Amino acid sequence: MDLKTLLLGRLGWDAIPFHEPILVITFVAVALGGVALLAAISYYRLWGTLWREWFTSIDHKKIGIMYMVLGIIMLLRGFSDAIMMRIQQAIAFGDAAGYLPPHHYDQIFTAHGVIMIFFVAMPLVTGLMNYVVPLQIGARDVAFPFLNNFSFWMTASGAVLTMASLFIGEYSTAGWLAYPPLSGIQHSPSVGVDYYIWALQIAGIGTTLSGINLIVTIIKMRAPGMKMMRMPVFTWTSLCTNVLIVATFPVLTAVLALLAMDRYVGTNFFTNDLGGNPMMYVNLIWIWGHPEVYILILPLFGVFSEIVATYCGKRLFGYTSMVYATVVITVLSYLVWLHHFFTMGSGASVNSFFGIATMVISIPTGAKVFNWLFTMYRGRIRFEVPMMWTVAFMLTFVIGGMTGVMLAIPAADFVLHNSLFLIAHFHNVIIGGVVFGLFAAMTYWFPKAFGYRLDPFWGKCSFWCWVVGFYLAFMPLYVLGFMGVTRRLSHFDDPSLQIWFQIAALGAFIIALGIASFLIQLVVSYRRRDQLRDVSGDPWNGRTLEWSTSSPPPDYNFAFTPMVHDSDAWWQMKQHGAPRPTDGFLPIHMPRNTGAGIILAGLCTVLGFALIWHMWLPAGLSFAAVVGGAIYHTFNYDRDYHIPADQVALVEAERSRQLATNHV
Amino acid sequence: MSDSTAIRQPGAAGAPDQPQFYLRQDHHPQNGTSLGFWIYLMSDCLIFACLFAVYAVVGRNYAAGPSGADLFELELVALNTSMLLLSSITYGFCMLEAQRKRLRPAMAWLAVTGLFGAAFLGLELYEFTHLIHLGAVPQRSAFLSAFFTLVGTHGLHVAFGIVWLVTLMFQLGRHGLIPENQRRLTCLSMFWHFLDLIWIAVFTFVYLMGVLP
Repeated sequence: MDLKTLLLGRLGWDAIPFHEPILVITFVAVALGGVALLAAISYYRLWGTLWREWFTSIDHKKIGIMYMVLGIIMLLRGFSDAIMMRIQQAIAFGDAAGYLPPHHYDQIFTAHGVIMIFFVAMPLVTGLMNYVVPLQIGARDVAFPFLNNFSFWMTASGAVLTMASLFIGEYSTAGWLAYPPLSGIQHSPSVGVDYYIWALQIAGIGTTLSGINLIVTIIKMRAPGMKMMRMPVFTWTSLCTNVLIVATFPVLTAVLALLAMDRYVGTNFFTNDLGGNPMMYVNLIWIWGHPEVYILILPLFGVFSEIVATYCGKRLFGYTSMVYATVVITVLSYLVWLHHFFTMGSGASVNSFFGIATMVISIPTGAKVFNWLFTMYRGRIRFEVPMMWTVAFMLTFVIGGMTGVMLAIPAADFVLHNSLFLIAHFHNVIIGGVVFGLFAAMTYWFPKAFGYRLDPFWGKCSFWCWVVGFYLAFMPLYVLGFMGVTRRLSHFDDPSLQIWFQIAALGAFIIALGIASFLIQLVVSYRRRDQLRDVSGDPWNGRTLEWSTSSPPPDYNFAFTPMVHDSDAWWQMKQHGAPRPTDGFLPIHMPRNTGAGIILAGLCTVLGFALIWHMWLPAGLSFAAVVGGAIYHTFNYDRDYHIPADQVALVEAERSRQLATNHV
Repeated sequence: MSDSTAIRQPGAAGAPDQPQFYLRQDHHPQNGTSLGFWIYLMSDCLIFACLFAVYAVVGRNYAAGPSGADLFELELVALNTSMLLLSSITYGFCMLEAQRKRLRPAMAWLAVTGLFGAAFLGLELYEFTHLIHLGAVPQRSAFLSAFFTLVGTHGLHVAFGIVWLVTLMFQLGRHGLIPENQRRLTCLSMFWHFLDLIWIAVFTFVYLMGVLP
């Protein structure tokens, strides 16, 4: 092997997609935008601030915000893929081939799925939990603050690798779960699947570590008096979500490692010959994949519970049943993976078991919907933007849930399997549940994070565009699914289908307006921040502890650890008129920032890239650097410091002054 | 977590019956490292569970190649196993010495543990090269793919454990048995015994059951 191959592997000029005008234009736009951004940061001398205050920060609040930023940026990429598919399917009929060649189209649907799940929904959900959970339980940070920073950068590293595939080489064409034998080396010899494998492996490590971190945080760091059955419902759903993360992401790690073995070493786990078994891959990946969708939706169930109680001015109806429903869903989500491939042919008994187990999940979920409805019943409902998202969620999610129960009937599934009915179903629950929930959550907690509310007018614009756009984009897909149209097609022959795809494309454009409204909302709210300012720390008359501190909270969250006597701890404090302590401050023990997380994750990015391109020398070196860097980091014993009592007193005095001048 | 009735303290702010809403002294939540490391081990256990499941599914798919009965030499594996089991015992001795705050003997037992671990790895590598020499390579059949991956993943863990052990020796030498190092010693201890446990399953499930016809 000569030095050039050792250094560059299979990377050459032919890997740069000069022949794809769409990609060249995208690259030029991204490059110009990137250069402009870097120039602006340099011009305003923000590099030092970014590095010290953000990139190396181990403050759970800042890491949470960075997760949200990552998720929103990747949403734009994932949505671009979506709208490209919608345009292609709306025009590629009969003699018209559309504008995307099939190979490119296949990369787009794969990238769309992977990005939306791993790099949009996961960072947004993780960011939310990171920001809110420690505040809700009255803690000053998470249990392992450095690990938290490292987890974030590992997720970002996976996103970087996925984005790099756009301009260097190509992305996988094997669908978002990369089923073999299509994803095997014989049928996908290029780098696409390798980008997929290493991006997900690196991000997956981050996700697992962050799951462990949040479990320990919730178990060990609750404020005194906060028994398990006094935890806010969002904390409960976060706990269940993180248990699911730790219980399933290792399965993803294992199965992707085996796929990588097949591709890199030539083993025969999932091949068609020499004893391999491709359906073993499908089983394993769905043992991760089905709980994954509950990892996404459970925290949002918690969000809706918080929002309904707050905006109805009532204690949540059926707290205990809500908790048990969450736990039951957590357990059941692990027992239903086979419903993704009833058509495998595992026989009537096995299919019946998994079909019935799937249908049973609708019982605890239904209990939750009733709890939210009963909370609203006779409440003083304030239809602020988060509450509007919640109502839209309840209507939309119930439809998605019912089509899910239809798919859970094995006999029906044989007809609907891999049809657009399925596509409509899971977008129905993911958009109607996860996305609506995320927008509700962002609107709800934004004032806590930034000290000013989001502009309600643009919030309502975004809301109506998303809701109307969603129904227009996905209801036609149910119809098409009933007509037998299968997923992942880039061209159609039957002209009678075209109108449905055109309606769906119109819906996608309206969703685009919803996303644009959201971005405008961020800008407008920033410009109007003085009118939208929240000095009380409690703009919505909230019920849980995060509203007891200032907006944004100080680095240490709480000058004194709250003591909890009720599940709605802050509400009870307000009822008792509990005075805020204004003296006797003590030094506060805090973890120290470190650059180790971003450096190690950066090295992992290099390692992943080198492995993708078979650059064995850089791969070896960067692996050694990751191990060496991690060991070096363990020699640092100086990891914490104390915020002096005077400084706490200053911060708290400033808050007292603000509260007094605003008569809150 | 204390009970709410226990934290009603006389002289708290507000009316006499008012519960106390802020803890006015320093709050030290319990350290979560042990729990966190346990949960990490459980997640690692799941990776092994997947590899065992894969072995269960394809472990008899020989593709007209050699089987476990043809390949495994139980004498070698018995020696191998005893090395790992002994290393667990010596790690236990290390922990006992560490609890008595005796640094030198603790480090000595740690070194012995590392040597047993290295012996285990050496024997395993010898077995692998022997098999490859016979033509029983991972590419030959799904059985061999699953065998090399399962046993190799365990071996990689042991190798990682040895790297960790050596690192910890340096750190013990530098800072002694301070609480941080005690905690690290406990974590590595859990890791090491966990690998022992996995190996017992490998020994039973792969080797002992593998030589059955």
